[in-house]
Amino acid sequence: MLKTLQKIRRVGCVSEPPPAASAAAAAREREALQGRILEILGRALCIRVVDAGSCNACELEINALGNPIYNIEGLGVRFVASPRHADLLLVTGPVTRNMREALLRTYEATPDPKLVVAVGDCAATGGVFGESGESLGRISNVIPVDATIAGCPPSPTRLLAGLLTVIEAARGA
Amino acid sequence: MGHRAWFDRGRPIGGAPGARLVRAGRGEWRAIAEDFAAAGARLLALWGQGGEAGEPTVFAAYDAAHGLLIAALGCGAGDDSSSEYPGLQDLFPFAARMQRAVRDLVGLRASAMDPRPWLRHGDGGDYPFVRVAGDGVHEIPVGPVHAGIIEPGHFRFSVVGEKVLRLEQRLGYAHKDIERRFREFDALEGHRLAARVSGDSAVAYAWAYCQALEGASKHEIPPRAAWLRALALELERIENHLGDLGALGNDAGFAFGLTQFSRLKEQVLRASETALGQRYLLDAVAPGGMRVDLSRSGAAVLADTVTAVAAESIELRSIYDEHAGLRDRFAGAGTVTPELAARLGLTGLAGRASGQAQDLRIDRPWAPYDRLGPAKCGATGGDVAARVEQRFEELAESCRLVGRILEGLPAGESIAPPPACEDGFGVGLVEGWRGPVLVALSIGEAGRIRFCHPHDPSWQNWPVLEHAIIGNIVPDFPLINKSFNLSYSGHDL
Ligand code: SF4
Repeated sequence: MLKTLQKIRRVGCVSEPPPAASAAAAAREREALQGRILEILGRALCIRVVDAGSCNACELEINALGNPIYNIEGLGVRFVASPRHADLLLVTGPVTRNMREALLRTYEATPDPKLVVAVGDCAATGGVFGESGESLGRISNVIPVDATIAGCPPSPTRLLAGLLTVIEAARGA
Repeated sequence: MGHRAWFDRGRPIGGAPGARLVRAGRGEWRAIAEDFAAAGARLLALWGQGGEAGEPTVFAAYDAAHGLLIAALGCGAGDDSSSEYPGLQDLFPFAARMQRAVRDLVGLRASAMDPRPWLRHGDGGDYPFVRVAGDGVHEIPVGPVHAGIIEPGHFRFSVVGEKVLRLEQRLGYAHKDIERRFREFDALEGHRLAARVSGDSAVAYAWAYCQALEGASKHEIPPRAAWLRALALELERIENHLGDLGALGNDAGFAFGLTQFSRLKEQVLRASETALGQRYLLDAVAPGGMRVDLSRSGAAVLADTVTAVAAESIELRSIYDEHAGLRDRFAGAGTVTPELAARLGLTGLAGRASGQAQDLRIDRPWAPYDRLGPAKCGATGGDVAARVEQRFEELAESCRLVGRILEGLPAGESIAPPPACEDGFGVGLVEGWRGPVLVALSIGEAGRIRFCHPHDPSWQNWPVLEHAIIGNIVPDFPLINKSFNLSYSGHDL
């Protein structure tokens, strides 16, 4: 236990301020962002991740958002285990034929109003896998999509910037 | 006929060192499998090639002490088209699922095979799971969408109270028809798709693909290119082991472990981006070498980062070792004894934690591993604790290898693009962080891919997980599953 505590003390706080979505927004700081998320939703933003057939590298970068450097929980964002608790679906991969039904069900189980963000080139365009009988391509071929985040895979910085843009746009709407 | 005789009969093929191809007659397909099983050899992969690329053919790749043998059995368009080829599931149990995949993808049937679809779910109908009868037995279905940030798959548990009597997996949800997609690529572009068969093993796949391609075109890559590929492969191993060690701590209730290891992993990813241009090296390996070279300053960043990560990992290992709660959760969970591992063909990292001491980097070294002399790490415990230990050992060894590579990196070109190849066959074989990754590549007219099969070691290990969970409690499943950390996408093709 002592070693654990010493390690925590020595490493200290490594979280970085979140990236700005655009140059104009360069001044946005962690607390301001967290404040805005709370203001928009009145609570934490709950995200449900659905892998609709990705190569798994997009998941690696979404997972990285939870590391102490990006510290997405500290921004008031939470990954939840059920679509019923979600405000936003983060969907990766081209949609495989075998995942079509599960994706539709998850979408329907998510309460309105809901946001859908397609993460990665596959989710946005079909990417390297294209469209075929088994790979149905982009997410919007199956469910309505509010925004896409490009990249193969998108870095955590891009993911954060993309999420911020989506949340702000939703507030504006 | 001993298994060596099949090597003698085969013809050499390009790619992995010592690889040979033998065309089997109908009666010989089984004889080859029996001879290799008797010699204690591993079946590495089994796949089928459909009629669009020539005669429908089924292939099996065997890894024996003195080489890699690929057996090919033509399943002819003639009188034989409606008949079955002999199944190998009694000799190599995990062949059962590969044979189901071959039937789904190219329509060739094995004898006495499970009639249920595997990768192609089709449009309807319930999948007939095997029922467990008995007092108080009930079923728990999980997935394909999971609570965490993980890939899609379905698990059907039969339990009494909390105790698991049986687990049956249903996979294929990530099936994108990758083999078909390969045929839409030029061979000189196919590495991009190969790297995305299982993104967490991008370097292993891209390297295996390029090894097959370069073998098919009889093209030598510069020494520096091989060393840089090894650098990328070891970084990939380090990143995955760091990620898993954190997640395993977290799944056992020690969030501190996740915080620390995910921070270390992030440092390696950033160093990789600085030195090689990408956090995950999905586009680093290319035909003829590496798309990126390493600068002196990039090398220094990598060396510093990996040295620091190695030192911190030693410290964290002693914290894990001394943590009573972790020890308690890890020890005895999800045990696969060496005997069971041998019988079921457990491979790669998980295999080495269950006494299956095979590592292609050492057993069948290809350049530059013949010069790097990696040490083999292994354990026999076969439980979660052993798979954690295995990761710590391999992490330390890979950090050492990165240091050696950076010191000994030859000067010269980092890429020498191969000429366009028409008509060739090659096989690539690389020990990825999870286990052996094999790519079989056939190149046709105008340099197009005629056929490509990428094989993930998860094919071997998924069925073993069904055994590892028996007798454990359901709440331990996430931890046990994570300790194998198998690929869905790589398996589902
Ligand atoms: S966008 Fe790239 S990283 Fe993401 S699933 Fe597709 S291939 Fe993989």
